Amino acid sequence: MSESMRNFLIFLLILAVVIGGGVLLNSLFSVPFFLGVTFVAFGLITLGGAVAVVTTRNLFRATIWLMVSLFGIAGLFVLLEAPFLAAVQVLVYIGAIAILFTFAVMLTRSLTQLKDRYNRPYATLAASVLLFAFLTWVIWQVWGNWTPSGDIMLATISDTTDLGVALVDKEGLVLPFELASLLLTAAMIGAIVIARDVDEDEKEKRG
Amino acid sequence: MEVLSNWAFVGVFLVLAPIFPALPIGIATLLRPKKPNVLKSQTYECGVETVGDTWVQFRVQYYIYGLVFLVFDVEMVLLFPWAVAYNQLDLFAFGAGFVFIFLLADALIYAWKKKVLVWK
Amino acid sequence: MDCVGLCAFVQSLGVADPAIARLIGLIIGGVLVSGVPLLTVIFLILVERKVAARIQDRIGPNRAGPFGLLQTVADLLKLLAKEDITPAAADRVLYNAAPLVSFASVVLIWAVIPFMYADVAPGAFMGVDLDIGVLYFVAVASLGTLAIMTAGWASNNKYALLGAFRVVALLVSYEIPLVFALLVPVMFAGSMSLVDITNAQSHMWFIFMAPVAALMFFISSQAETGRAPFDLIEAESELVAGFNIEYSGMKFGMFFAAEFLHVFTNAVLFAILYMGGFLGVLYQQLPILGFVWLGIKASIIYFISLWLRNTVPRLRIDQVMNFNWFFLVPVSIVNVLLTALILKLAQVAGLAPTVFAESSLLGMLPVTLMLLVKDVLMIIYVMTRVAQEGRSARQAEQRMETDLLASAAGD
Repeated sequence: MSESMRNFLIFLLILAVVIGGGVLLNSLFSVPFFLGVTFVAFGLITLGGAVAVVTTRNLFRATIWLMVSLFGIAGLFVLLEAPFLAAVQVLVYIGAIAILFTFAVMLTRSLTQLKDRYNRPYATLAASVLLFAFLTWVIWQVWGNWTPSGDIMLATISDTTDLGVALVDKEGLVLPFELASLLLTAAMIGAIVIARDVDEDEKEKRG
Repeated sequence: MEVLSNWAFVGVFLVLAPIFPALPIGIATLLRPKKPNVLKSQTYECGVETVGDTWVQFRVQYYIYGLVFLVFDVEMVLLFPWAVAYNQLDLFAFGAGFVFIFLLADALIYAWKKKVLVWK
Repeated sequence: MDCVGLCAFVQSLGVADPAIARLIGLIIGGVLVSGVPLLTVIFLILVERKVAARIQDRIGPNRAGPFGLLQTVADLLKLLAKEDITPAAADRVLYNAAPLVSFASVVLIWAVIPFMYADVAPGAFMGVDLDIGVLYFVAVASLGTLAIMTAGWASNNKYALLGAFRVVALLVSYEIPLVFALLVPVMFAGSMSLVDITNAQSHMWFIFMAPVAALMFFISSQAETGRAPFDLIEAESELVAGFNIEYSGMKFGMFFAAEFLHVFTNAVLFAILYMGGFLGVLYQQLPILGFVWLGIKASIIYFISLWLRNTVPRLRIDQVMNFNWFFLVPVSIVNVLLTALILKLAQVAGLAPTVFAESSLLGMLPVTLMLLVKDVLMIIYVMTRVAQEGRSARQAEQRMETDLLASAAGD
């Protein structure tokens, strides 16, 4: 089977999963069809991207897949009616953090032929299944009796204006707001201390 | 559901947007000559043969710019809700925003004094 | 979910199911909205070349069609027929995806741009009035950075990679003053939605209330798109065309078109954020006039950027970076703080309205004057400091020269 034929078949398979998932969600939980399709699609993007990050041999491609996965998370935020967080996700994670990852990746040699291989499939499978089971059990304890409906739970902060009011509210989030700023300052100063040229420092001391 | 119906358009647009540039490229694939040639497919280096691996000397400067940008990015993202709600708040809001921005300006001044931001 | 507008139109054509009709309506809406930038870019390239030519005291393209109007079509046909030389060791998927992502990231911005006034919600003819319009624009623009990095890497070429690094460092650095300058209209309008920002200017344009912020936005957006004097990205004489060396034919054409479209998009955004968008005389009674006003304002800004491009010499990368970190970033931070201070003091004193759209010209005047005074004082202070620094730097240089001469003569 030629490569393009194989790619086409994979594309058809993904399409079938997405549409099938949408139909399933529609019939079981009465989720509107297109909403279900979008949810399954973004879920696949997130999970598929995450799997691709850890399995690809090319380090630069791994960062690209990471960006794809983060984009999927942004889509899920939109589906949760939190578009502000989705935009923040794209802006901060993809626009800044992933770019930093790319810069960091450039500092390694031999990006395209990673020599070390982790070759224990059974142990990995067992560990991931156990982790999945454990997380499912934990989540079930908290939300086990919640019946899914089409509605999103409304919170007290429903849009950006309310978030802004809450951020400077004396009985609200103003202290965490300022602490976040302090934390960012500390992070930047720390990173600069680590990353700056040490020779430069000694040259300055010697005058 | 109002929010979601808005974003449905963005979703459709997201799928449409890469199709628009893909169309001319697709047409070009049909129209153009296809004569691959070992010489033509070589990496460009001003007409000379390439020597060694494609590995470039990476300067720490790039990383520092990215880092400072990251910190300011998170700060800006936290400032947007503050700016949106600003008109409805009292003077305390300005004080809170001032402290927030001042702390980060502090970090910028530190970076400035330590000469980390200068491109050499 | 009700079915209005384009959806009802599609249903009237015979598609019964409301969900499918909505989908088709959305697709048609998407095509219509993206038609505006795509058609504009065709004229834009010609206008760019004509204006550049006139500034350089020559005529510009005038062979293809009357007055060279078909020049872009000719260029398009030429690029279509060019052979696509892909370097052998290039990363195929990423190499092909980069121009698509770059172009798409610019077209996506047009989903939130209001074209003209409309009676119905959301108050303007546009793709969709997102609550987070401004943040959406910044987020999508940062996707373009990603595309350039990918292009540089996927070409498997030292020069492309080097060029891509410098471009990404430049883009990332200039995003800071850009977003700080965007905070000011958001503060004034109390909303990130572009329609709200447009309506908040119905009594006074923001460019009069925050000229420094407008200037910051203009300069940063010029740098973001790689226009002169920041066009070291495409410095043909230096890095041999930078990150898009290995791209030929239509893929190169897409990068090229994306850059032009980005400059125009930034001009349109400047017009919306600071110059009142589709507001103007009679914009409500005759909505199409709003579209004309927006076009005129955007064209003025675009012309200024063209003027700048053909007049000012190119800056070096270290000059560009130092300009950003030691001038633009501090000035934009201080600007946001001072604007916030004066606005809040004026609001507390009752001199400024809290909802700008519902005020009046007279109501807006006091705060406008105060902000203008602050801006003028800021500009005077900054310019004096810059002049002082320049003078002391020049004096230090002269002293070094005379010292060298003295030591050379004394040998």
